[in-house]
Amino acid sequence: MADTRRPLSPHLQIYKWQVQMVTSILHRATGIALAVGTLLVVWGLLSLAAGEAVFDQFKICIGSAPGMMLLFGWSWALFYHLCNGIRHLLQDTGAGYAIPQFVRSSWLSVVVSLVLVAIVWACVLTSGGAA
Amino acid sequence: MSTNAKDLRHPLKRARGFGSAQSGVGHWWTQRVSAAALVLLSLWFVFTVLSLLHADYSTAKAAVAKPWNALLLILFVVTMFWHAVLGLQVVIEDYVHTRWKEVVLLVAIKFLAVLGALAGVLAVLRIALGV
Repeated sequence: MADTRRPLSPHLQIYKWQVQMVTSILHRATGIALAVGTLLVVWGLLSLAAGEAVFDQFKICIGSAPGMMLLFGWSWALFYHLCNGIRHLLQDTGAGYAIPQFVRSSWLSVVVSLVLVAIVWACVLTSGGAA
Repeated sequence: MSTNAKDLRHPLKRARGFGSAQSGVGHWWTQRVSAAALVLLSLWFVFTVLSLLHADYSTAKAAVAKPWNALLLILFVVTMFWHAVLGLQVVIEDYVHTRWKEVVLLVAIKFLAVLGALAGVLAVLRIALGV
């Protein structure tokens, strides 16, 4: 808890949910998830360097049901953070701050991230499973 | 040296480039520049992984060993960890209000990120150089 007793801003519960809140919260959440997911990338590289037996184990792990779910979650987090990150980069130039634009671009990053993840997994599944 | 009468900062302070929060602008810029780099690098990474979906061990290893792929992978790993630390730092500063826990977490994520980045780079180098 805080060391000082300062007034707090209103808590989340009192707000009506709107898409801008969701995209903002998801950006942080997916960012944290991707930070953990960096370990997945390093794990893959380390096992590729360590030899065929270790790499086969890695492939079995990520090809298992929990592994595939993890990969699916990681890929969506990546695409969402990517789309919404591009949105934030554009907003950093001062563009798109009118409320209708803000709402529209929020929906756009959610929808585009879902489309991209669907395309990637369609590629994976039509080529006969991952790993 | 021309001095602005309205500037209350000491000339030395200005020369060092520190703003009111000491290093906030540097953090902000680095986060955005690494984000822009990651837009390209992570898309490249996803394409590369998809192209290696059903590759056997030696094909995957040979692909990573290609100079351009090795170079971009190293860039991806370093930028990814750098961006992750900058993002996690803000999250920790926002939500961890006990000073010692905050400092411990801030140092821990930096240690882990340097460890992860070096491990990833070393793995790519081992594959690329065949050692």
